[in-house]
Amino acid sequence: MKLDAKIPAGSLEDKWRKYRSTMNLVAPNNKRRIEIIVVGTGLAGASAAASLGELGYHVKAFTFHDSPRRAHSIAAQGGINAAKNYQNDGDSVYRLFYDTIKGGDYRSREANVYRLAEVSADIIDQCVAQGVPFAREYGGLLENRSFGGVQVSRTFYARGQTGQQLLIGAYQALSRQVSLGTVELYNRHEMLDLVVMDGKARGIIARNLLTGKLERHAAHAVILATGGYGNVYYLSTNAMNCNVTAAWRAVHRGALMANPCFTQIHPTCIPVSGSYQSKLTLMSESLRNDGRVWVPKNTADVEAIREGKRSPVDIKEEDRDYYLERRYPAFGNLVPRDVASRAAKQVCDDGFGVNRSGLAVYLDFASAIERYGKSQAHQQGLDTNDQALVRQLGEKVVEQKYGNLFEMYEKITGTNPYKSPMMIYPAVHYTMGGLWVDYNLETNIPGLFALGECNFSDHGANRLGASALMQGLADGYFVIPYTIGQFLSGEIRTPSIKTDAPEFAAAEKATRERLEKLMSIGGSRSVESFHRELGKIMWDYCGMSRNAEGLKTAREKIQALRKEYWQDVFVPGSMDDFNPELEKAARVADFMELGEMMILDALDRNESCGGHFREEYQTPEGEALRDDKNYAYVSVWDWNGEGEPQLHKEELKFENVELKTRSYK
Amino acid sequence: MKLTLKIWRQKSAQTAGAFVSYPVEANEHMSFLEMLDVLNESLVEKREEPVAFDHDCREGICGTCDLVINGRPHGPLPGTTTCQLHMRHFKDGETITIEPYRAKAFPVVKDLVVDRSAFDRVIQAGGFISVNTGQAPDGNAIPIEKDIAAQSFDAAACIGCGACVAACPNGSAMLFTSAKVSHLALLPQGKVEHNRRVINMVHQMDKEGFGFCSNIKACEVECPKEISTVNIARMNREYYSAMIGSTEK
Repeated sequence: MKLDAKIPAGSLEDKWRKYRSTMNLVAPNNKRRIEIIVVGTGLAGASAAASLGELGYHVKAFTFHDSPRRAHSIAAQGGINAAKNYQNDGDSVYRLFYDTIKGGDYRSREANVYRLAEVSADIIDQCVAQGVPFAREYGGLLENRSFGGVQVSRTFYARGQTGQQLLIGAYQALSRQVSLGTVELYNRHEMLDLVVMDGKARGIIARNLLTGKLERHAAHAVILATGGYGNVYYLSTNAMNCNVTAAWRAVHRGALMANPCFTQIHPTCIPVSGSYQSKLTLMSESLRNDGRVWVPKNTADVEAIREGKRSPVDIKEEDRDYYLERRYPAFGNLVPRDVASRAAKQVCDDGFGVNRSGLAVYLDFASAIERYGKSQAHQQGLDTNDQALVRQLGEKVVEQKYGNLFEMYEKITGTNPYKSPMMIYPAVHYTMGGLWVDYNLETNIPGLFALGECNFSDHGANRLGASALMQGLADGYFVIPYTIGQFLSGEIRTPSIKTDAPEFAAAEKATRERLEKLMSIGGSRSVESFHRELGKIMWDYCGMSRNAEGLKTAREKIQALRKEYWQDVFVPGSMDDFNPELEKAARVADFMELGEMMILDALDRNESCGGHFREEYQTPEGEALRDDKNYAYVSVWDWNGEGEPQLHKEELKFENVELKTRSYK
Repeated sequence: MKLTLKIWRQKSAQTAGAFVSYPVEANEHMSFLEMLDVLNESLVEKREEPVAFDHDCREGICGTCDLVINGRPHGPLPGTTTCQLHMRHFKDGETITIEPYRAKAFPVVKDLVVDRSAFDRVIQAGGFISVNTGQAPDGNAIPIEKDIAAQSFDAAACIGCGACVAACPNGSAMLFTSAKVSHLALLPQGKVEHNRRVINMVHQMDKEGFGFCSNIKACEVECPKEISTVNIARMNREYYSAMIGSTEK
């Protein structure tokens, strides 16, 4: 199979600008006749649906939520990157591009990443105009902070709720188009199949979740903006309903998945507390701006802490190991996520974990509180040696910066992070892998596009913090409105697609049979119990570190589990009704197939890069060992139905950056 | 801890509902929804239909979860969504009553799930700034005073969960609507169309069947994001000045 990424010719700086100016257009009178389906209403989906509606296309937007504003983009905390250089600290489009390529461990496409950096500044302008209340300085101008893996301050933020504010901005833009009649909104509708006619994506089968009715929806093109698949691990920071089903149904219709094994494990999450736990909670990376990560140096202190005999605040400064600052002096606590996560795992594996399960490290704000407190006391002409006063003033500053996160931490754990350091541990957070797309964000199925976390395109093997929001909005506001014209300009003579075509009937029938099958098994185990078991296999063998032997075992286990699932799952209720258990059952069935593909991908990639750490490939110091000679490619997988999944390769060419060992030391 | 849950079960909007009691064993570290997960898993094991309830992010930000616990939307803790409420705030042996929101504009879908799409339609009526993609000037072109941006943010922090409506004896959506009116009207970008916005949103709110505001302020008490009723005062002022000066019919 030939995989053409369709990267325009020309220098890196000119590619997008020139391409955008010479692309095929669809005239306004034709746009009105052309229908586009957008599945998902998170940052990528809502921004795309709104922007396409503004252009005059007829858009149908689908979400399984009760409102578009519930999409999981809403939970993003820390911020959004943009190469504005408002801080005069040497930022530029090139530097954002370079940081992202390097942060992704040289496993992403230069041209896509450069375009992302290029449009990043426009995103901030657009969001400000929509009324997103970004953090501001006293002079009224926009404020920035730093995130992991970079040495400039380019992250724009709205307290610890940046995702919420950006999503509400996009949701409001979408709502405006709904009121204008350019976008039709389908709440509580879940896409369960893709309809392909004459090789082109022409519609979807959606289930009305309230009535259970299967509906056919046709369009000239279909956009998937359905997020990531981190919930394959059962426990993750994703929302409970995040799933791979829309994308995976497209895979069953021939779409290809790229780099499925590239998973981001986020270093700062609240540790697991019990087996009943349903999800994990992220503590924003922005906390690493001011928090210092440590474990005790002596095992005696570790033991005493675990038994509750000592408190971390009693451990003397010289008895603490600030291991990130020690190992990576140049970036310290702000190393990228993959590096920070692995380092945490390592100290815990070595027996220094600070909770009962031994799977937690400290994130400590005491130095920041003191630093800010002194500065405040100085500004206000107060005594900088008055420790209680300094503490009080410092806590206030920290509260302004991270108040909602501290509050959330206290609600969940019952301990006060102002007084005692937070306990954190890595957890599954984001999936860099996703549907394979070319430079136009079009999959290998003509007319099927994938945006945001749903595609694989920009983050390589590791995503930098505050770049997910950037990519989702870049794709939706500033890329797809142009690139979809390349496809749709060839469709201006295509009449409205009819839903009585045999392809629709066949897809609806297949969907119905699949659901009927799930309902009819009537086995002995709940969907939840299977999902939990699947998650454990994935986490144990295809999580933070992987090895060939384990991955082979995992494949056998997952195949056996899938077989058992289709023989022994029990789904209560009825198909023709609101039935959350059935929704979950169909999603878990897809996760079980995806999990196998992730394992195969991890097994194929005999190197360590970014979030993919193969134990066999590491330096003597335990750092990831890449193999650019043999693995500088995108792994592109064809599920291939009942047969063995097939691997295709898209070679990555680096013409502008030199491939180096990624060092944050 | 051993608890008794008195849960509202209702097959659909067309059928009558009733309370059903279930014993459940929980521990104090669980979140309220994890405790319901435990109950549901036990119901599935007994081949009974689990209790339907809305939930998603479980981080207190998406606004999907929405239970009325012991008579209070999102339960007893101030400034906390149901998903962020933990069982350590309940006592061993306690009986907990769990109901759906009860408001005319939020019809019951099933058990504890209600339809809150009326909120979407209120936003569609005008809860936005009319700017197309690509039209924006530079982000720093309009300086906004830090305190004004913060006030706007406080209003924008609304998660659209609907607790304000459930808490109000009149089933009023004034807190929700006024939070959006305030968020946008406080900012210079939103000033431009503030008259149209407030008129259209208030009219849509009335059309959806939400009740009037009689200054009871239960909404503010129950709001998990602690949105202030100052916003209602601001909306009233916006509305009257818009109506008096309006050239629209």
